[in-house]
Amino acid sequence: MNSAAFVVIAILTLAAAVAAATLQKLMHAALCFAVAFVGVAAFFFLLGAEFVGLVLVFVYIGAVAVLIVFTILLTRRDLEKDRSFNWSGVVIAIAVFGGLLWAICKTQMLSSSAPQIQPLTVKHIGAVLMTDYVWPLQCVGLLLTAALIGALVLVMEEKNSKSYRVE
Amino acid sequence: MTDFVDQIFIQAKQRLLLPLAHSPNWVVQIASSLVNIFALLAAFLTLFALISVLERKILGRMQNRYGPNRVGPFGLFQPVADGIKMLIKEDVVPARADKIVHFLAPILIAATAILALGVIPYGRNMTPFTIDGGILFFFAVGSTTELAVFMAGWGSNNKFSMLGAMRAIAQMFSYEIPLIITVLPVVMIVGSLTPDAIVAAQSGYSLGMVPHWFITTPWGAVGFILFFISGLVESNRTPFDVPEGESEIVAGHMTEYSGFKYATFFMAEYIGMFAISGLGVTLFLGGWHAPIRGLEVIPSYVWFFTKLSILLFVYIWIRGTLPRTRIDQIMNFAWKFMLPMAFTCILAAAVWHYAGRGLAAWFWSLGVIAAAYIALSILLDTRRKFAPRTYRFAE
Repeated sequence: MNSAAFVVIAILTLAAAVAAATLQKLMHAALCFAVAFVGVAAFFFLLGAEFVGLVLVFVYIGAVAVLIVFTILLTRRDLEKDRSFNWSGVVIAIAVFGGLLWAICKTQMLSSSAPQIQPLTVKHIGAVLMTDYVWPLQCVGLLLTAALIGALVLVMEEKNSKSYRVE
Repeated sequence: MTDFVDQIFIQAKQRLLLPLAHSPNWVVQIASSLVNIFALLAAFLTLFALISVLERKILGRMQNRYGPNRVGPFGLFQPVADGIKMLIKEDVVPARADKIVHFLAPILIAATAILALGVIPYGRNMTPFTIDGGILFFFAVGSTTELAVFMAGWGSNNKFSMLGAMRAIAQMFSYEIPLIITVLPVVMIVGSLTPDAIVAAQSGYSLGMVPHWFITTPWGAVGFILFFISGLVESNRTPFDVPEGESEIVAGHMTEYSGFKYATFFMAEYIGMFAISGLGVTLFLGGWHAPIRGLEVIPSYVWFFTKLSILLFVYIWIRGTLPRTRIDQIMNFAWKFMLPMAFTCILAAAVWHYAGRGLAAWFWSLGVIAAAYIALSILLDTRRKFAPRTYRFAE
């Protein structure tokens, strides 16, 4: 049953990813991108890492996908015509794919059977985050707070600019 | 006897699955899920039909008029008439609309709203789908709604739709943060993201009559109020219904929808309201636990749906009472008041926990919240709130 689910999810994810790369309308591509995220999250569910899958849905569909569609909406005036083919992009994509493939094939772990691991529960993740990885967590928190304040500063009203008052 | 009535739905489901006893495991699993799904849909679509007519009746009573009273006794069959009307209406799709996105948006919004219902415990042993991070699942699924609203707004190719969608997304994003942060103290105190564990942690009574629901603690009470307000915003209800303010932007992101697609949006909105109220009941109002020990003979699901109905009544009551707020007021309220208060809840819950969870802890926790509230009201200077609005890019 698991392998059947794997094949279905893999086809869905790959189809969505290909559609995201090839569709003419940028907005459709962005929405297909979100579907691909759903597929990846489903893989995590299949592997028993529910927490990671849920966070992926939460962050990437709830926030990043919305951010992408808004970026497209607010920056492109003509959504359909701006589609030029970029050969350097193809070269970089193939290079990245080749590099990843090489790294995967070189990995020793693939040949050995998977060790018995405990299921990844939320409680376990929480305990590890609060003990072993507490400093990286704090650093990420600091970075995100800085980004939030930076965003606020960017959109903050300038004091000396003329603001209109409606009586 | 009490146990039998309490577990009657569980027994019924086991009877139903009895013919499959010798099938492979995955067949039983799928059949069991299907039974759960059908039960959920039947229960909540009935509740939707009931609430849609009750809301009009209650609003009518509040506005000193009759409300629907033509179809059936007391107008109770009004939803049937409405449903038939919606089904046979013409489905108009704008010529310049993006057909696929326009079509998919109502489906996505309804599907996510129904999915969120799946993790709420409706009674003893009555959680349709038990997953480790149930609360997280609820919010992960709920966050997909924003994309669906965007699809509706953008796919319609209409400026009112797009403006409505932008308003909806702006306020949903802003209130999702206090919504989730008010859930954190509960998760902290219980030590689990599973709704069943959260309900189990609220069992028991002090002195036989004060239930150990989280709303009886200071941080829980404040958290519940914040959660309820955020829930109002998330379900686009009055007084936070700017995304579909009829007098301003027609119907927001639903402007270009007609017939059954509009009905789907309408249904998704109500189902979302049920889901967020159900989560509120689970988190703060003790889930399916009875309020007094002596009343535990009444089945657990009756208590859950009683609490849910009370919350829904408050939703309707608020709709009948308050006018619509302005978008800048909504945003200011979210970022300047709701967010700091939500953070205070976390602190107050920690104080409550480490002071021993007793009466002294109760007052310590209250002290933290009172201090934060007074500090906020001084800092925000509430007298200035009623100044005329200043515009940056318009006159």
